[in-house]
Amino acid sequence: MAVVETRKLTKRFSDEVVAVNEIDLRCVDGEFLVLLGPSGCGKTTLLRMIGGLEQPTSGEILIADRVVNNLPPRARQIAMVFQSYALYPHMSVYENIAFPLKAAKLDKAAQREKIAWAASILGIDELLKRKPRQLSGGQRQRVALARALVREPNVFLLDEPLSNLDAQRRASARDELQVFQKDIGTTTIYVTHDQVEAMGMGDRIAVIDSGHIRQLGTPHEIYEEPADTFVATFVGSPPMNLVPEGDELVGFRPEAFYPITADTPSDTSSVLRVNVINAREEYLGSEKLIYAEVNGIRVVSRLPANVDAGIAEGSSATFGVLRSNLRHFNAETGLRVQPGRVPVLSGAANA
Amino acid sequence: MVTTADRTMAHLPDEDSGKYRVMTIGARVVLYLLALLFAAFAAIPFIWMIITSFKTDQDLYNPNHSPFEFTTPPTLHNYTLLFTSTHYLTFIANTLIVALLVVVITVAAVVPAAYSLTRLAGRWGENLGILIFLVYLVPPTLLFIPLTGVIADINLQNSWWSLVLVYPTFTIPFCTWLMMGFFKSVPWEIEEQAMIDGYTRLGAIWRTVIPISIPGILTIVIFSFTLTMHEFVYALAFVQSSSQKTVSVGVFTELIRGDVYFWQSLMAAAALVALPVALLYNFFLDRFIAGFTLGAVKG
Repeated sequence: MAVVETRKLTKRFSDEVVAVNEIDLRCVDGEFLVLLGPSGCGKTTLLRMIGGLEQPTSGEILIADRVVNNLPPRARQIAMVFQSYALYPHMSVYENIAFPLKAAKLDKAAQREKIAWAASILGIDELLKRKPRQLSGGQRQRVALARALVREPNVFLLDEPLSNLDAQRRASARDELQVFQKDIGTTTIYVTHDQVEAMGMGDRIAVIDSGHIRQLGTPHEIYEEPADTFVATFVGSPPMNLVPEGDELVGFRPEAFYPITADTPSDTSSVLRVNVINAREEYLGSEKLIYAEVNGIRVVSRLPANVDAGIAEGSSATFGVLRSNLRHFNAETGLRVQPGRVPVLSGAANA
Repeated sequence: MVTTADRTMAHLPDEDSGKYRVMTIGARVVLYLLALLFAAFAAIPFIWMIITSFKTDQDLYNPNHSPFEFTTPPTLHNYTLLFTSTHYLTFIANTLIVALLVVVITVAAVVPAAYSLTRLAGRWGENLGILIFLVYLVPPTLLFIPLTGVIADINLQNSWWSLVLVYPTFTIPFCTWLMMGFFKSVPWEIEEQAMIDGYTRLGAIWRTVIPISIPGILTIVIFSFTLTMHEFVYALAFVQSSSQKTVSVGVFTELIRGDVYFWQSLMAAAALVALPVALLYNFFLDRFIAGFTLGAVKG
């Protein structure tokens, strides 16, 4: 069952600005779907259209198999958590969580019960009397989630809910949020520009760019089998190396690109050897990055910090990458293709 | 020759030398003296007014007597005169009714106007807001001539109802601009959240934007109330009979008879009106200033 579905959903802000361009998306019951993309790619607009805060230019939105295009936000049985959490500053935490229940005309006793239930799930029982300004970022986020939870919505819409937290708090909040979603089992659509959040939390990820879905798949598919060069370079840090080879771009992940020393067994049938120049090493504690050039194209290799590659600053070296780790893209369209021929990376010698 | 160490290590002054202390005692004394000076500057007219209102004629009109002390014993005669031989209580009542009605009209017009200009009119809203504000800058001394015709046309001459109609022409523009600053500081998302949480747009505004903007609404209430209380030109031009006059024009016409000035009673009338308002201002001063700076920074 598709809980949320969009059909050729389009939003134009003007003739030139098409924020969302004919997006077809189906998200299944209980799924944690992440919309990932750079800022301005249309992911928030898409989410706001699903929430009813933005009117689509064309296309359909279905929630629980009903077209909801003309339903106002309050009638869509959804809950949303904004980036700023949008807590009502003039109300206590208790009143904030009670707010949607009051709108639903629930009686006081039922309200109390639900609030106690949501507060215990999110561990905010102690905070109910406080005002939002007396809360830390993480506490605010949990209050916003509790307020979303009490509505028992068809779907949670989360708009970058972790971006206001500091880096340390974000990592633990990521974990908490994922556990929370699995416990509740409510379909969740989560917007972020942070690929770590997307990879770590999403059951599936929709990578969006310029109003199009570039790829929809599991984190593993997105990372290992990128559909085009945008996905290949947007996901992964550092991004996938792309080296031109005829009318193709040959891509390989930095961690699949490793230095070959004299005593590495040379097996050219399974390993592509690449000669690089101008190597430079960057030490990052847990790992090290080696930057170099092939035919004037910058490539990067990621190695565990304890590996001594023995590469001097500015030197030349030979690197290798398993042929099974190579991905091929059309140089013009950027789309993934099956390799036209066996790549040799012209200019790179087979040692 | 200058070594690297010499160049990079700038000489830091001794911390206890006093020269760089955040604020020296001398500076603090000067600051307080200046504050006292300004306080005196603001308070002396009030003190003078109150003392004068209790003075007898012999005391007030003798140039050898200090205006700040009682040479003959203070008297309540001036207050008795004010309440018995003028329509002072009528003036006060008229003023309060007019001010109250103007405040109600202003708030009822300004809140939706400012809301739509900040939220619904897009980029035009800002410019429209400034245009509306410009209307406020046209002086009443210029406007009262054409407005007299309007008031006569609708048969409101010589009635304080004319003032109820005219005063909003200057309270609404200014207060709209002021209120826009407040609404701009309320994040959009709070309203959208309320709409998702189950309310209509109007319900969301009523339950979130309005309560959050209470300081702003209080500001425009106080502002339009005081503007109305001290307005003079329109009140003088549109109202002639004592039963309809407001306090600013009433005491002026009834306590200056020809070339006879009832100074002490005038002062008494002014003090009785000014003190409650001054206290009210003091009470809301912080919010009032916040209202103005919000408008100034974001408007």
